[in-house]
Amino acid sequence: MSPDINLNLWIIPILPLIGAAINGFFGRRFKNGMVSFVTLLFTAASFGYALWAATQVWHGWSVNPSAVYDKALPFNWIVAGDFTAPFGFYLDQLSMVMMLVVTGVGFLIHIYSVGYMAHEGGYYRFFAYLNLFMFFMLTLVLANNYLLMFVGWEGVGLASYLLIGFYFNKDSAANAGKKAFIVNRIGDFAFLLGMFLLIQHFHSLNFSAVFDQVSKLGIDNGWGLLTAIALLLMIGATGKSAQIPLYVWLPDAMEGPTPVSALIHAATMVTAGIYMITRSSAIFSRSPHALMIVAIIGAVTALFAATMGLAQTDIKRVLAYSTVSQLGYMFMACGVAAFSAGIFHLMTHAFFKALLFLGAGSVIHAVGGEQDMRRMGGLRKLTPWTFGVMGIATLAISGIFPLSGFFSKDEILWQAFSSKHGHPILWLIGLITAGMTSFYMFRLFFMTFFGDLRLGNSTGEHAHAAAVSSHHSSTGSHSHDHADDHGHGHGGVHESPWVMLAPLVVLAVLSVVGGWVGIPKAMHGGDNFKEFLSPAIKIAQEIPGTTVAGAESSESGGQELLFAAISIVVALTGIFLAWLLYLKRPELPGRITARVRGLYTLVLNKYYVDESYGALFVKPLLAISTYVLWKGVDQGVIDGTVNGAGSISKGIGGGMRKMQSGNIRSYAAWIAIGGTFAVAYMLWKAVQ
Amino acid sequence: MLHHVLFIIFGMICVAGAINLVAQRHPINSALSLVVVMGSLAMIYLLLGAEFLAAIQVIVYAGAIMVLFVFVIMLLNAGEEERTQGNHFALWLGAPAVATLAGMLMWIVFRNDPHKTVALGNMLGSPDNTHGLANLLFTKYLLPFEITSVLILIAIMGAVVLSKKEG
Amino acid sequence: MDSVALSEYLVLSAILFALGVYGFILKRNIITIFMSIELMLNAVNLSFVAFANYWNLLEGQVLVFFVMVVAAAEAAVGLAIIIAVFRTRQTLNVDRVNLLKL
Repeated sequence: MSPDINLNLWIIPILPLIGAAINGFFGRRFKNGMVSFVTLLFTAASFGYALWAATQVWHGWSVNPSAVYDKALPFNWIVAGDFTAPFGFYLDQLSMVMMLVVTGVGFLIHIYSVGYMAHEGGYYRFFAYLNLFMFFMLTLVLANNYLLMFVGWEGVGLASYLLIGFYFNKDSAANAGKKAFIVNRIGDFAFLLGMFLLIQHFHSLNFSAVFDQVSKLGIDNGWGLLTAIALLLMIGATGKSAQIPLYVWLPDAMEGPTPVSALIHAATMVTAGIYMITRSSAIFSRSPHALMIVAIIGAVTALFAATMGLAQTDIKRVLAYSTVSQLGYMFMACGVAAFSAGIFHLMTHAFFKALLFLGAGSVIHAVGGEQDMRRMGGLRKLTPWTFGVMGIATLAISGIFPLSGFFSKDEILWQAFSSKHGHPILWLIGLITAGMTSFYMFRLFFMTFFGDLRLGNSTGEHAHAAAVSSHHSSTGSHSHDHADDHGHGHGGVHESPWVMLAPLVVLAVLSVVGGWVGIPKAMHGGDNFKEFLSPAIKIAQEIPGTTVAGAESSESGGQELLFAAISIVVALTGIFLAWLLYLKRPELPGRITARVRGLYTLVLNKYYVDESYGALFVKPLLAISTYVLWKGVDQGVIDGTVNGAGSISKGIGGGMRKMQSGNIRSYAAWIAIGGTFAVAYMLWKAVQ
Repeated sequence: MLHHVLFIIFGMICVAGAINLVAQRHPINSALSLVVVMGSLAMIYLLLGAEFLAAIQVIVYAGAIMVLFVFVIMLLNAGEEERTQGNHFALWLGAPAVATLAGMLMWIVFRNDPHKTVALGNMLGSPDNTHGLANLLFTKYLLPFEITSVLILIAIMGAVVLSKKEG
Repeated sequence: MDSVALSEYLVLSAILFALGVYGFILKRNIITIFMSIELMLNAVNLSFVAFANYWNLLEGQVLVFFVMVVAAAEAAVGLAIIIAVFRTRQTLNVDRVNLLKL
């Protein structure tokens, strides 16, 4: 049921597109200031319009929370038989949250980038791509049917490729961009198959139509249609949201400029998978097997990525693995049918992860392009503002009360334990991961900001640098310093300019207060976020106890408080260990890694996953392409046929050429033979 | 009876002349044999009642065309035929083809009813053969007649052009 | 009175025709080949006249008339060509005139 007002939601994605077009076509001739003006104008306009649209529907929701704004443009995209794909836009509570996060955090990152990219070449190109990304991402979250969402899905993949490979002169960056796109493609293939199944069975891809029909179906306890669709959609999500087995592109994506990592690989694009699963909650909640698989994948990814984050030395890599790990949490949340918890964590994660990445960018900018944490240190006094906001972000991600990360992560852990689809093991894995998270995040924090500045130091650790630097890239050909070339000769370590610090401060405030909209009832909050989102998340009603509100009795309320306390203790333990190993007794890490040399090397080299993918998939594929498809089919069959046609003609022609010998007598003979045949034929006809 | 005898005699002369034409090595001998063939053919035409054609055959064919052939042979001083390497293909494929052809033709012919006979010296047309032929030529077949005269004109021009010496 | 059957005339025509083809194929001298062609034409003329008599139609003889005219024209032009070829190739041997080969 849509309100009668026409919000013209299509304006929200179109504004950044116009900005991208202007910068893309004309930006080469603009001064940097003009480019920034254009891009910020359109991004701000989009954010402003989104806010306005949100207020409009907010009034409607106070009256009727189930109202959904679902309008399409007057012309359709595809009309084929009984299938129609409109250009439609959908605004319910879920997409409103996503839309505001995307436009709001996006706008802040745009402001930051104006400062960060100020000395980079290709300035206009960067902002054109960034706006293009905003366009696609907004299309993705505002679409009212899977097909338009897929357009946005693919488009953000494209923008991601363009932006990761922004420094296209570097082999490693170009390869990383390709890797991201190709791995995403694999997921997209599964997504497409899921959509085909939807079309086949529900004759539509519009959310309202599909979910209406799905709601009439029962629970699929086996491996039937709904499970199949859910699993295919999930594989698509694993590609986009970097879960096992398709996460391998995200660490390499750090080749792109840091604002890109913040926007795309922390706050928005990678959350598209979570959004899609939540949007399809009607389907997922009717398939216990799919939910279980989602939860398992999420939990395992979270743990797996956290272990890899323990050993990394590049500041951005640590954050990349942290992103994968946190996405695993969100995935797990969806897998225990706690969709609103997943979205809650998505929102808070957007705040503090963007803050972390942007802060890391600020750090990198301060130390002139260095990204190896072992060479940083002591920045606490040299860059106080960055220190402050990074501290807040690190506390938030570690889940310390009362910052935002605590509430969202805690909600997930509680649901993992108590939900009907949950399991204590999931909770345990999440808890261990939380401990590791706080450990490696504070490791990062301490190594970067405390101690003495180790820039230009060559300690014994650096003798490893050569052997170990191979883990910085999967192509092995890139030098790990100056990854985004931020050495500008204005000497010395210095704080970042205000244009970069202001968004950091805003994000820090959000990281603190962002969680307060979701304080659970057990802690005397109103559980506002969950209540707010519940009309948008369509859970199958036959599952008692997994209503969006979760278990509500006060006895479980006490349990919830207990679990919250446990997670705080675990987080504090992580912080303590990090302090111990990196501040108090810095010789300890060396001794520990010497003890577990094999395990350490394994983790340091990311469990050789990239190498095994290379051997298992890439090499055979290349071999097939070369020997079968290229040499066999292309050269052998196709060229063979074409050339063969030529040779056959040549052969026949050559044979027939013998007749033209120039010898008149043989011509005469042929004439005689021909005449004989003619007479013979007439004879034969006459005899019949 | 007479018809038969005459026919056999002149037929044999025809065939003998034809065989001689093919067998002789010097072209002048072949030319003279051909004259013989044409003469005997003229006689056979007489047997068949085509007097005008017999006369034409002798005057035009034997008297003009063959004379032309003889002139050319003498002009070109054609000698005996040499044995050249050439292509034996013609021999190996051609001779059987000819034999087959002849065989087929004769087989067609022999299937026919031997009772279909030809009258001796039939006076075709009225009051005689020339009259009748002229009647046809100048009324019904006037157009082809005129066209063939154009054809002869063209042939004359062609022959003149082709045999002019260069320069 | 024993009359001659039509088929006998036709057999004669066939024999003459076959001999003409034989000469056409097997002789090496251009002029002899040409004469074989004339022989073939004559054989055909004979069969036309025979049929004209049998069916009592003068059209057969009209056709023979035209064949003769055409044969005359053809002989004239053909011999002119032979002379032209002789001037160039200095030979009347048909195997030597093989410039048209591929």
